[in-house]
Amino acid sequence: MTGFLETMFSPGSADMILTIGTIVVKIAILIGIVLLHVAYAPYFERKVIGHMQVRMGPMRVGPHGLLQPIADGLKLFFKEDIIPAQADKSIFYISPVICLFTAMSTLAVIPIFGGFVIANINIGILFVLAMSSLGAYGIVMSGWSSNSKYAFLGGLRSSAQVISYEIAMGLSLVGVIIMSGSLNLTDIVAAQEAYPLKSFIIPQIIGFFVFCVAAMAETNRTPFDLPEAESELVAGYFTEYSGMRFALFFLAEYIGMLLMCAIAAICFLGGWNGPFEVPYIPFFWLLVKVYAFMFIYYWVRATVPRYRYDQLMSLGWKLMIPLALFNVVLTGTIKMLR
Amino acid sequence: MVLDNTGVVEIEEGIKVVPGANSIITTIDKVVNWSRLSSIWPMTFGLACCAIEMMTAGSAHYDLDRFGIIFRGSPRQSDVLIIAGTVTKKMAPVLRRVYDQMPEPRYVMAMGSCACSGGVFNTYSTVQGGDAFLPVDVYVPGCPPRPEALMDGFLRLQDKIRKEYFRWSRFR
Repeated sequence: MTGFLETMFSPGSADMILTIGTIVVKIAILIGIVLLHVAYAPYFERKVIGHMQVRMGPMRVGPHGLLQPIADGLKLFFKEDIIPAQADKSIFYISPVICLFTAMSTLAVIPIFGGFVIANINIGILFVLAMSSLGAYGIVMSGWSSNSKYAFLGGLRSSAQVISYEIAMGLSLVGVIIMSGSLNLTDIVAAQEAYPLKSFIIPQIIGFFVFCVAAMAETNRTPFDLPEAESELVAGYFTEYSGMRFALFFLAEYIGMLLMCAIAAICFLGGWNGPFEVPYIPFFWLLVKVYAFMFIYYWVRATVPRYRYDQLMSLGWKLMIPLALFNVVLTGTIKMLR
Repeated sequence: MVLDNTGVVEIEEGIKVVPGANSIITTIDKVVNWSRLSSIWPMTFGLACCAIEMMTAGSAHYDLDRFGIIFRGSPRQSDVLIIAGTVTKKMAPVLRRVYDQMPEPRYVMAMGSCACSGGVFNTYSTVQGGDAFLPVDVYVPGCPPRPEALMDGFLRLQDKIRKEYFRWSRFR
């Protein structure tokens, strides 16, 4: 502690304080933007799915239902917080926090545009994969600690699913890593500038396909939403959570979706590079790509029915992982020959 | 309407605007009640034929989602229990248990003649109205009520929530 204070008040400390201050400001900006985005992602989803089903979606709460997410959030905040008597209380408290923590901390390595990244670490992709598998702990623990059979089954399903598709997702990203020669997300975007369309989409089309499927399974979205299958498991692993704790899970889920969209845009679609430069908005193209991905998520949800569990597992192990391995071999061979 | 010597403009009862400051002043009651009436999440629980009309009310033609109403699977995350149909004596304890699992603030809507009063089923096996074992807030008569009637019931419930006072507090 004294050592820290000495460095803080030593003559060369102005730089360090400035660096820390910049990081704090960056974190504040990023969290503000992400929370606002995550609040409006369900609204966007309800609108998109509504129009796909020839309905209007939220219309009455504010103009075109624009205040809907705020009303939902406030209501959940003021709702009673029930902890089941038979629940394992400490784990019950901590598991939504784990889910949210892992989702939020992954945001640190996502570059929004050239130069704007909170932690420009060299193991960016590894960090993302590690955090997303750590998030499965929150889900398993919530299912276990609720002491409810539905929540328990949901937690088990989710852990099996996340572990299975984690492998496919990691292997699909190996192709990108081979091509760019780096695990750093900023470097990956820079490496894509030399390729057609300024992206890895053409050389890595197999990897991209596997990644998209695995991302949907990772974030427990339809058609792989078995962990929260409403017709079988009530609400899945967060069946016993009410009020704000449920909102934390909800938040974590949507941040996870946003992250997967961002990773897909950065690793396969060229990140913030676009057909032309947009003045004053350096993150314009990343935002467009992320929103396009979000739209595809919702589109799939409105279209595709849920998989059966054994189909999900056989798709993961018998199709996605071999396909990703084939992609690794193919990319490696081409890279060797060139 | 400008209130004297404060410069604050009252745009609606209980909601005031500070001119030039982009600020709105209101009570917590107003905000909380607004949020609750704007996002009523009913429990997915159908008992009899009225449940078919309830599903229709949620579907594309009537679209309850316009009002921010979406059906939730878990009682822990829902606000309203719709008694949609005949309540038999065998089913009443189950319904009561679902109600007990819901967090406050929770509301109950009795949908259809059977849930309101027992309807035509004045028999040994039927509960004569949902209010025999649940605190019903809104009665929607009809056999079965049309989806419009159910929506009207939701609007009545919104009116009821709008008039609540101090229900967000720990000491309610």
